[in-house]
Amino acid sequence: MNTPTPATSTAPGVAPGRTAALSEGARQERRLGLLLCAPAVVVMLAVTAYPIGYAIYLSLQRYDLRFPNQASFVGLSNYAAVLSSEFWWEAFWVTLLITVVSVAVELVLGFALALVMHRAIFGRGSVRTAILVPYGIVTVVAAYSWQYAWTPDTGYLAALLPSGEAPLTEQWPAIGLIILAEVWKTTPFMALLLLAGLALVPEETLRAAMVDGASAWQRFRLVTVPLMKPAILVALLFRTLDAFRVFDNIYVLTSGAHGTGSVSILGYDNLFTALNLGIGSAISVLIFLCVGLIAFAFIKLFGAAAPGSQEAGR
Amino acid sequence: MAGAGERHLTGWALTNTVVIAYALFPVWWIAALSFKDPSTLTDGNFVPEKWTLENYRGIFETSEFTRALINSIGIALIATVIAVVLGTMAAYAVARLRFPGKKVLIGMSLLIAMFPPISLVSPLFNIERILGIFDTWPGLIIPYMTFSLPLAIYTLSAFFREIPWDLEKAAKVDGATPAQAFRLVIAPLAAPGVFTTAILVFIFCWNDFLFAISLTSTTRARTVPAAIAFFTGSSQFQQPTGSIAAAAVVITIPIIVFVLLFQRRIVAGLTSGAVKG
Amino acid sequence: MAEIVLEGITKRFPDGALAVRDVDLTVGDGEFVILVGPSGCGKSTTLNMIAGLEDITDGTLRIDDQVVNDKAPKDRDIAMVFQSYALYPHMTVRENMGFALRLAKVDKTTIRSKVEEAARILDLTVHLDRKPANLSGGQRQRVAMGRAIVRDPKAFLMDEPLSNLDAKLRVQMRTQISRLQQRLGTTTVYVTHDQTEAMTLGDRVVVMRSGVVQQVGTPQYLYDEPRNLFVAGFIGSPAMNFLHATLEENTLRTIVGDIPLAADVRQSLERQNAPRDLIVGLRPEAFEDPALVDPGRPGNTFSTTVDVVESLGSDVYAYFTEEDWQPTATSELEELAADSGLSETGASGHQVVVRLNTATRIREGSRAELWVDTSRIHVFDPRTGVNLTHHENRGG
Repeated sequence: MNTPTPATSTAPGVAPGRTAALSEGARQERRLGLLLCAPAVVVMLAVTAYPIGYAIYLSLQRYDLRFPNQASFVGLSNYAAVLSSEFWWEAFWVTLLITVVSVAVELVLGFALALVMHRAIFGRGSVRTAILVPYGIVTVVAAYSWQYAWTPDTGYLAALLPSGEAPLTEQWPAIGLIILAEVWKTTPFMALLLLAGLALVPEETLRAAMVDGASAWQRFRLVTVPLMKPAILVALLFRTLDAFRVFDNIYVLTSGAHGTGSVSILGYDNLFTALNLGIGSAISVLIFLCVGLIAFAFIKLFGAAAPGSQEAGR
Repeated sequence: MAGAGERHLTGWALTNTVVIAYALFPVWWIAALSFKDPSTLTDGNFVPEKWTLENYRGIFETSEFTRALINSIGIALIATVIAVVLGTMAAYAVARLRFPGKKVLIGMSLLIAMFPPISLVSPLFNIERILGIFDTWPGLIIPYMTFSLPLAIYTLSAFFREIPWDLEKAAKVDGATPAQAFRLVIAPLAAPGVFTTAILVFIFCWNDFLFAISLTSTTRARTVPAAIAFFTGSSQFQQPTGSIAAAAVVITIPIIVFVLLFQRRIVAGLTSGAVKG
Repeated sequence: MAEIVLEGITKRFPDGALAVRDVDLTVGDGEFVILVGPSGCGKSTTLNMIAGLEDITDGTLRIDDQVVNDKAPKDRDIAMVFQSYALYPHMTVRENMGFALRLAKVDKTTIRSKVEEAARILDLTVHLDRKPANLSGGQRQRVAMGRAIVRDPKAFLMDEPLSNLDAKLRVQMRTQISRLQQRLGTTTVYVTHDQTEAMTLGDRVVVMRSGVVQQVGTPQYLYDEPRNLFVAGFIGSPAMNFLHATLEENTLRTIVGDIPLAADVRQSLERQNAPRDLIVGLRPEAFEDPALVDPGRPGNTFSTTVDVVESLGSDVYAYFTEEDWQPTATSELEELAADSGLSETGASGHQVVVRLNTATRIREGSRAELWVDTSRIHVFDPRTGVNLTHHENRGG
């Protein structure tokens, strides 16, 4: 109310300052909020936004680390070189294949695992502890374990194969083993996300469906999955982006030989083996664009809500 | 009835066993390998015939591994502390305060969570060489803390939202200054969430391989995952298999300890940000 | 202990929404005042402003003759009991209750004795070293009360302190709070949405709606002389019945018969330039089974079909329906219906409830005669909700 009451005059000096005090409080809250976020924002910008900008700049240069003084602006020719190279396209399709197959397998396996953990009558704790191990373990360690397992003479798994087979030296078996290693390592994470989603499906709704005559499969397909859609999409989005940048497993298992390299491996090799900073940067930027495209597609096509977006404004 | 119930139980026992075996057998295999005598290393047996600690003695004798272990621990710890401190500040603001740009912050951390690290490797490689921090601890700490910040902010703000808001009010009415309300009421309640986040961030930093091989060139800052890849074996004629296996087991131990001690919290932390979000 | 004075207190949220408008209220020293109203009426915001947990947009707030508008909660010397109890989960009961004293740097022995004294009063002694998580709902509620009383503050502020308890416990705690307040004599402001709590607990009740104070008074006064449709409908359980009435000459035509207007009521209607269509309010106890009424008593007898009869042992409630009720839907009636849950039942027609003596013979589903005491009617102007029969509007 704007009408001043006579009473305010009995409290001199209070009325005029008050509205100012309120906005002062709100302003203080703003200032504190910005101040608290500032360090995180500065760090994130300085270490990601600036370098990606720098990467774009580098990608427009001919820049060979062996001859750093001969760097010169070459426009988009690095991109032309990459995009017309069969190495890029092979790496791209291999990456895509690994991404799609491993994420699909993980979704199915992860769901199975989540259901086991959700419904198990006993041993839930030990199952959960056990599956946290693949999540926590250093990827390189797991990759070496797989590598030795599949190496002829050293490994027990290779011993199961007809003698003379060295699966890691042939393209398709090797890709299969890379996918296997990826699936082993990241299914638990998927399962945990899905388990948390399962916990959000009200038990009573499932009972109601049971009373309505839905079979177990129908309950799963018609009640559980739709209710879990947000959790599933978030899990898929994160895992897809994660799978697309596959590096560690391939580096250890095959070093990208025999046509098994991913785009990340290709970028790394151009940088540290060929020492070509220009081409390497162009590949970096292209990967960045691919990841952006995948994220965009997920959000647009499936309406995957970014975590935190619902409560972005309190 | 009893028979059916028993069959049910057996079914679950079988399922659980399969799951646990699935999760643990690569770990067991590398551990078995690390305990194998060099002469039996290539026998392909699932269980070592001759147990030995020779491989462990080997890796701890050279500075190549011990130096890397110190690097790993130091770099991961420092990056974790910084990321958790910065993350706590930002998450508190996100969960509790009203200010413009909150959505920008959330969007930005989401973007970084999705960022392909390889895209940063080439520019960072060059920038760090120019700044003279290539192949140093800060050279790895900086990317680690940046890439773990989104994880920290998400997990922490989810935890902070769980703290009942009324308590801060109650403390104020009870006569607490804002600082006292924070120290005596909010901090003790926030501590478990901060601790959990620290574990997750530590695991993240401990795990990294790409930055570790790209942004180091000597043992000065090389962490264990990268160092393993450069192991050459104690003599020219020897495969480094045993050393690699032993080193792998050593860096797996902290993870297993964390998982055993804090599994409930780790699960809560992993899922809180992503699902409830 | 102190007097709390609100003068023109207004709360406007940053988004422009007006939550509390121009509240004037004096809570006397040692008085127990209840703020009551449906959710969103601004009662909790008002309480939070008194506590200092929300800024005051406009107006003056004085506690103990000091303007405290700009003082932090900790400098106001008030204690608050929250709906969620807001117990500190990491502290024991003892630490919870002594927390404010510890912050005030009271020495340990005094804290100990004060906490133990409060625990004795509230029967919490055996629980002193337990954590809140190990207590039942009622025990937690008592700890929240205990945390307030150990302080010996100038005032208690209570924000729906009983609404998380089950019905039985709520009634018990209600009596205990009443007894405690009388014993301590501390000025208390108590917020609730439950009119029964408001009626039974308070010295005075403040009825709020949409951020505006509707009426202030003792429970009995509000019951007998509601100033408007909203207060009339909100106070009392079962609620007052509202019937459609048409004014013809000196008579109100209603489904309970023609009601002659008293002279002062007619004057009031004329002064207010009342329309022909009015709303008549009759409390359930204004009705009776005609067989049980003294033959000479003035009133109307009418006949209707009783849908439902509920026997509560001490009383009998009978329900019938006013079929041709034209919803002269005022916003007050809509809000009352929403608050009572009536709008959720999906019932058609307009339900009337009457309270009868247990000796009645009226049967469900049958045609029955009912008697109504026409001297106890309230007449409301549907345009403004004003009670035209309120004593301030009658006579001179």
